[in-house]
Amino acid sequence: MSRIDEAFADGPAFIPYLAVGDPDYESSKAYVEALARGGADVIELGLPFSEPVAEGPTIQGAVTRALDAGMTPDRYFEFVEELDVDVPLVCMTYYNLIYQYTAGDDRREGPRPFVERAAEAGIEGFVVPDLPAEEADPLREACDDHGLDLVFIVAPTTEGDRLDRIMERVSGYVYVQARLGVTGARGDVSGQTDEALARLTEWDVPKAVGFGIKTGEHAERIVAGGADGIIVGSALVDIVAEGHEANRPVDEVAADLEAKARELAEGAAAGYAQRVPEPERT
Amino acid sequence: MSTSKFGEYGGQYVPEALMPAVEELTDAYERYVRGNEDGFMDEFRRRLRDFGGRPTPLQRAEQLSARYDSEVYLKREDLVHGGAHKLNNALGQVLLAKYMGKERIVAETGAGQHGTATAMAAAHLGMPCEVYMGERDINRQRPNVFRMRLNGTEVTPVTAGRGTLKEAINETMRDWATNVEDTHYVIGSIVGPHPFPRMVRDFQSVISEEAREQVRERAGRLPDSVVACAGGGSNTMGVFHEFVGDADVDLYAVEAGGSSLDVDEEAGVAPNSASLSTGDEGVLHGARTKLLQDSDGQVMESHSVSSGLDYAGVGPELAHLVDEGRVTPATVDDDAALEAFHRLSQEEGIIPALETAHAFAFAHEHPDELGDVTVINVSGRGDKDLESVIEESAERDLDAAPDMDAFAGGGL
Repeated sequence: MSRIDEAFADGPAFIPYLAVGDPDYESSKAYVEALARGGADVIELGLPFSEPVAEGPTIQGAVTRALDAGMTPDRYFEFVEELDVDVPLVCMTYYNLIYQYTAGDDRREGPRPFVERAAEAGIEGFVVPDLPAEEADPLREACDDHGLDLVFIVAPTTEGDRLDRIMERVSGYVYVQARLGVTGARGDVSGQTDEALARLTEWDVPKAVGFGIKTGEHAERIVAGGADGIIVGSALVDIVAEGHEANRPVDEVAADLEAKARELAEGAAAGYAQRVPEPERT
Repeated sequence: MSTSKFGEYGGQYVPEALMPAVEELTDAYERYVRGNEDGFMDEFRRRLRDFGGRPTPLQRAEQLSARYDSEVYLKREDLVHGGAHKLNNALGQVLLAKYMGKERIVAETGAGQHGTATAMAAAHLGMPCEVYMGERDINRQRPNVFRMRLNGTEVTPVTAGRGTLKEAINETMRDWATNVEDTHYVIGSIVGPHPFPRMVRDFQSVISEEAREQVRERAGRLPDSVVACAGGGSNTMGVFHEFVGDADVDLYAVEAGGSSLDVDEEAGVAPNSASLSTGDEGVLHGARTKLLQDSDGQVMESHSVSSGLDYAGVGPELAHLVDEGRVTPATVDDDAALEAFHRLSQEEGIIPALETAHAFAFAHEHPDELGDVTVINVSGRGDKDLESVIEESAERDLDAAPDMDAFAGGGL
């Protein structure tokens, strides 16, 4: 059982996302550690790519700030090594960075050098939004050799043969995209989630729902509806962005992130409690 | 079933939400474009003729032929409706979207030619259309923005990054991912996930079908060389495709050398758009191809005096043909392209698009490589570029340019 599997073993997993290096290296470290204190079970750490086509404006802004502040794949791995957290870490990035990565004199073509370096740094899995199952075998094989999980996204439009292809390759958890479009916090949580979860009931892998989750109440509703976990990015990145724009002290922003993380984790737990069946009365 | 790859290049690297749309499009491409189901290709050809103005002429360029002491023929895609080869693809895709039952068209545009062609095709076929365009390009290409709006298309500015084609493509992919169920994305070049590179090439290959027949008729033989400018590469593959099997015909893809072929890795800027000549293999906008990137794999900002060539990637098929040695890449810098723009305007009475001017600049710099019979693809006309040509020419000391001070308003 991988550490990511273990994170889902006792109730729902709260999986926050932040772009590493947003708005700068040291602040970003404080923010990620705050999420762990707030109850994160797994953390998705975004490695910024210049063309984040699956992201909405919030995360694109984070990626741009991080790149402007000098984030690179090597700095990213140093960041992961320096982090003081005790939860499994998942690297979320785009395929070109994985494919291009070469470590030192190692000029082998990707994705193997990237996976080796990530494993050495302490990464336990990957989410690669622009790598569909059809193109993923080289990465899947490299992950298998290093005991890393490869998470795939299932969209509201994913049906039929595509589900089978993803199920054959996914491990850790499946990222259930709650609605069409790109990432971004929303005021409601789409009914597309329920349909997506219904399509995956036979899958023996945890189902974590993302896209649009903003509040503890959203988290509660989604977990009560059958999700094994929730993924939250933009609502947290918004806190980082607003803190950066207002030039607030890092520890204040970190405290806000911790509080938001707690709200979301507690919401997920409350949703899970509703799913535990009442004992039958005699 | 056509493969999604050209050697190692191509493929389908898109967010999962778009994969079903890409599969649906692949199916439609196989049925309608390759299989002519429901007479799709017959209707496409009829509309290209009646609405688009095809076939375009193959004109012998008298001044250039005399200058280079060879036979130089111009494939006049600037005479297609809208003023560029772009209509061939836009009309094909908008028609295909109709056959597929889609209700809305989105597109991106750099120089505005593809946006204009898509706007015209959408109006012609009665489809609502939205075009994303970098803010910087909107400022460089105002006439085309106006033309799109006249055709009833909504033009949405993109402010991210440098506000050019790369960012416009990202934004259009986001729109497509959000509205994928009823919307078709008309990609403007032979880039993107399969089936776009093949499909766009097929729609554009009408250029080389005509050119091959026309040059045999006019010169009595196949050409020694075919020359085209290459940004994403749609006019390039369009005029090359039917000649690829003719081993004796040299194919030259002329890229924008911009202001320099060196890169500023620190700033993440390549002051050129020469991805075939200087790029490395990577994954961008749905395909594995050659692209301008730094050593980490971050995509660089590109540059060209011509918005239509200002793109960090290139079509995967062209990348493959370059690796195979079938296509020869070349570069021409901004200054040489501007010189060629003025020279062609004066000597042949043709005002070429700045993109096209790169192909003419190559011919001017390498006349000995052309052989006895050459076809140069005039990919589009230059009306859209007049403002930037006036501005850019005024900043330079160009031999072929007229007195640029006169254009400032004083001497006209």
